[in-house]
Amino acid sequence: MRLRVAIIGSGIIGSCIARVLSMYENFSVTLIEREFDVGWGSSKANSSVIHPGHEEDPERHPLRAKLCKEGNILWRTWAKELDIPVKWPGELMLFFREEEGRARKYIDLAKRNGIPSVKIVPREELLKMEPILNPDVEGAVYAPTTGVIDPFEAVIAVVENAVDNSVKLLTETEVRAIKIAGGEVKGVLTNNGFIDADIIINAAGIHSDEVSHMAGVEPNFKIRPRRGEYILFDEDVEIKPTRVLHTTPTEKTKGVYGLTTIHGNLMIGPTAEDLPPDFKERTSTTNEGLEYLWDKALALFKELPPRSKVIRSFAGLRAEPPDGRWLIRAYMDPWGFINVAGIRSPGFTAAPAIAHYVLNLIRTEYDVKLIKKDRWNPYRRGIVRLADKSLHQIDSLIRKNPDYGEIICYCKLVSKAEILEAIERMRKIGIKTITLDGIKYRTRAGFGRCQGAFCRWKIALLVSQYTQTPLHKVVIKKSPYGIGDVKVLLREG
Amino acid sequence: MQEVREIVCLICPNSCVMKVYLEDKKILRIEGNMCPRGEEYAKQEIIQPKRVVISVIKVRGGDMPTVSVKTENPVPKSCILKIMKLLSRIELDAPVSMGQVVIKGVCGTNIVATRDVRRKPAPKL
Amino acid sequence: MERYPSYDVIIIGGGPAGIAAAIRSKELGMKSILIESREILGGVPLQCIHPGFGIHYFKEDLTGTEFISKLLKKMEDINVSYLTRAHVHSIEVRSHNEKVINVITSEGVKRLETKTLIYAAGARERHIFETNIVGDRPDGIYTAGEAQTLMDIYGIMPGKQVVIVGSGDVGLIMARRFALEGAKVVAVIEMMPYPGGLLRNVVQCLYDYDIPLYLSHVIKRVSGRRRVEKVTVSRVDESLRPIKGTEFELRCDTLILATGLIPNIDILERIGVIIDPATRGPVVNEFLETTVPGVFVAGNALIINDSVDNVVNQGELAAEGAHIFIQNDGMPSTGWRPVKKGRNIRSAVPHYISGMRDVTFYARVRAPERMVEVRVPEVDFKRRLHSVRPAEMITFKLPKELLASLKDPKVTLEVVRLCRK
Repeated sequence: MRLRVAIIGSGIIGSCIARVLSMYENFSVTLIEREFDVGWGSSKANSSVIHPGHEEDPERHPLRAKLCKEGNILWRTWAKELDIPVKWPGELMLFFREEEGRARKYIDLAKRNGIPSVKIVPREELLKMEPILNPDVEGAVYAPTTGVIDPFEAVIAVVENAVDNSVKLLTETEVRAIKIAGGEVKGVLTNNGFIDADIIINAAGIHSDEVSHMAGVEPNFKIRPRRGEYILFDEDVEIKPTRVLHTTPTEKTKGVYGLTTIHGNLMIGPTAEDLPPDFKERTSTTNEGLEYLWDKALALFKELPPRSKVIRSFAGLRAEPPDGRWLIRAYMDPWGFINVAGIRSPGFTAAPAIAHYVLNLIRTEYDVKLIKKDRWNPYRRGIVRLADKSLHQIDSLIRKNPDYGEIICYCKLVSKAEILEAIERMRKIGIKTITLDGIKYRTRAGFGRCQGAFCRWKIALLVSQYTQTPLHKVVIKKSPYGIGDVKVLLREG
Repeated sequence: MQEVREIVCLICPNSCVMKVYLEDKKILRIEGNMCPRGEEYAKQEIIQPKRVVISVIKVRGGDMPTVSVKTENPVPKSCILKIMKLLSRIELDAPVSMGQVVIKGVCGTNIVATRDVRRKPAPKL
Repeated sequence: MERYPSYDVIIIGGGPAGIAAAIRSKELGMKSILIESREILGGVPLQCIHPGFGIHYFKEDLTGTEFISKLLKKMEDINVSYLTRAHVHSIEVRSHNEKVINVITSEGVKRLETKTLIYAAGARERHIFETNIVGDRPDGIYTAGEAQTLMDIYGIMPGKQVVIVGSGDVGLIMARRFALEGAKVVAVIEMMPYPGGLLRNVVQCLYDYDIPLYLSHVIKRVSGRRRVEKVTVSRVDESLRPIKGTEFELRCDTLILATGLIPNIDILERIGVIIDPATRGPVVNEFLETTVPGVFVAGNALIINDSVDNVVNQGELAAEGAHIFIQNDGMPSTGWRPVKKGRNIRSAVPHYISGMRDVTFYARVRAPERMVEVRVPEVDFKRRLHSVRPAEMITFKLPKELLASLKDPKVTLEVVRLCRK
């Protein structure tokens, strides 16, 4: 008999757990997500860095250290299997003379964690590696195993593959209560009814403390939202580091990163600002935050692009647990409740490893004899992108499907075919409301220089047409595009 | 009783700022206009301010869901809301031709279409 | 992929500039084709339902929709070739008189060869990340052009309590549109101490509807969980910096950004066209030829215009330039004289003149002034103007007879205040 597993939260953690569990006959998995789409929490507003693990203290945070290192290795396979855009440029942790002592400690940490090839690079060599660096740096700690991934595509890819392997996704479904009887979990009460479950996995990110309390465990576990702001520049600036650059970390944070994203944009961030516990929806940017980033960026680079080249600024919230400690635990009372809570950095990096770790907890703590599925599909292909193709390839694509010949997003060269495919894929994994943001993350339409000024209404028209939704009801992010037809106020007023 | 009112002319982009001198509500003289149209405008504005109203009307079965319209002539400002309410209750059927009178006799003028809306071809079965 | 026989001129962009260029190209007997990304021709005027178009070109005060309809009719009457739903992927410059335009269409990729190219693909709107507005990123934020498309083409109402940033003509026109359709326009916020648009628009769009205009103010922050809920407004000082302690909030559900346009010329930058930072458009000579030989530009892609008559003139001028290029296998060699910007001139095109032909200048001032003269001192040109303002492009022609007297290696455009004696 299959164990019914309900995973609360389909960010990177919840999705990776779903994928791993889907490899086994033992589980019937439901992924529960309260937003319109997957990965809309911290998973879509982070540095996009896959960390090597040489910044984790194995004594203070043994779980973080171990799973970060394992996750870094696993992402190499997962990204290939799931067709997730990723690059492995390595990173340079820059230090100035007064920081050298602190920076050298990371070599020591690298040794203790078994992270390969970490070494100090002196100034002359450093400036040859990255000519755009601030020439006042003394040196850098170089870690070649750092990666840069597309975080939106990652969550989407993992979920598509999990659903392909029989995981069920329920969007717009918010868990209100957890039912416990006879010392074991029975299921979750949501806004869309009751979902039976033998095992409930809490991967609710910034709300994981609230969910934990719903199960009556860890009453003192409180998540503090930590805001991180980022600045993104236009693709055509000259400052584009090859490797990930960052400042030497402080007690609070991994330092500020300057990197070229997988889409080719210079990105600077994050800030690290602790917010009061009830500020969990505050993904807003601030002048102070952006100024802070600008200052820190000046420490990294010889010079910065002009402000007019800033294409976007955004803020993400990280779930900061007490003492920075991940809470990953399978409970006996209530039996069947598993916390995967407070997964702060290096959460994204560790996600595949966390998934295997949770699987192992289920096996050992709940005494489940795992049976691998005979047929489990590890592969998933992403949407074929016109923009990545040569003219000849574009011509062939169009002859097979003329919708590739109609360009909707000029800045990123996204065709009608890709937008329709995004809509189709959203439907296929069970998304109930097609949003413009969902299409944006799947096609990159709207990511470019004009930030959707040219194409948003065109995409909305396509969504309206292909989902039989009146144009004004098409949802952008969380709200509809309009309030009614153009005469609605005159009629009602 | 003497009064001076400042009127901005709306006729052309020059937007002349005119001074209209009144005595017992009668216009004595007008200053500041660069052409005679401005003087005409100022007089009308004192007697009864008028505006051309521009909007859209919903269209059924067309290649566009709206047709843009305007009043053929300026209408009294006090009429604007009434016209807008009327336009909000009307829906036209395609086709509509540019220049076509879509509503006759509103506040002393007609509402005319300012673009073509063709009939949308029937959906393929 | 199919190859097509060579053209004399290819026009990219089917708005008024491109259509005018295509008409003139055909009239001049050039083998030409117009390429447009959308499925219909017409560009921005298709959604401009207000009058003010074609006052010089058609000698009538038409709405944008009426204007473009007439212009398109003219184009159809002389059988201009065009492709719609055709998007330019890239441009290859093989030599001074050989360009290849790679076009994506629903029939495949078309590689079109041409001797010259007129780029008239317009401008894009400045988005929120190009302002200093921080805060949440709720729904309910639209650019003015987007709101105009939604209301006046697709007949949907974006919101009901509106704050508009920018008091240029676009912002003012949209304020009136919203007010007419029954929305509450809470305020128009303008950074400068004077309105951006024409005074007549301030009157007929704001005063007529009791819409407050806040001059010397900016929006600092936008707040809202799912949709816009309020904006935080602040007064600014002479350096346009927010003054501490002057903040206040305005409740609204819709934020309209009408903060300006930027020439849409990424594809020209990729072929090495030099850009003027003042116009953010290409550097051009008197035929609107860019620094890449045989590549011309017209309309909002060249410089942000405010009158469609000027846009159409630019399109025709570019076509004339292309024609000269074709006839002479290149622009005749000449000593191009640079145009310098003098007092109170913020931006001006063209950047180079030959001194051997009539030249039409299109310029904008830095600050508004009254009772001025536009001058080109090197040829003793003076034109008196009642007032000048940044929102209103200044245009004037220097006839070649006047330029014949030019001895200076350069010309200067300047605006001089006239003193009352």
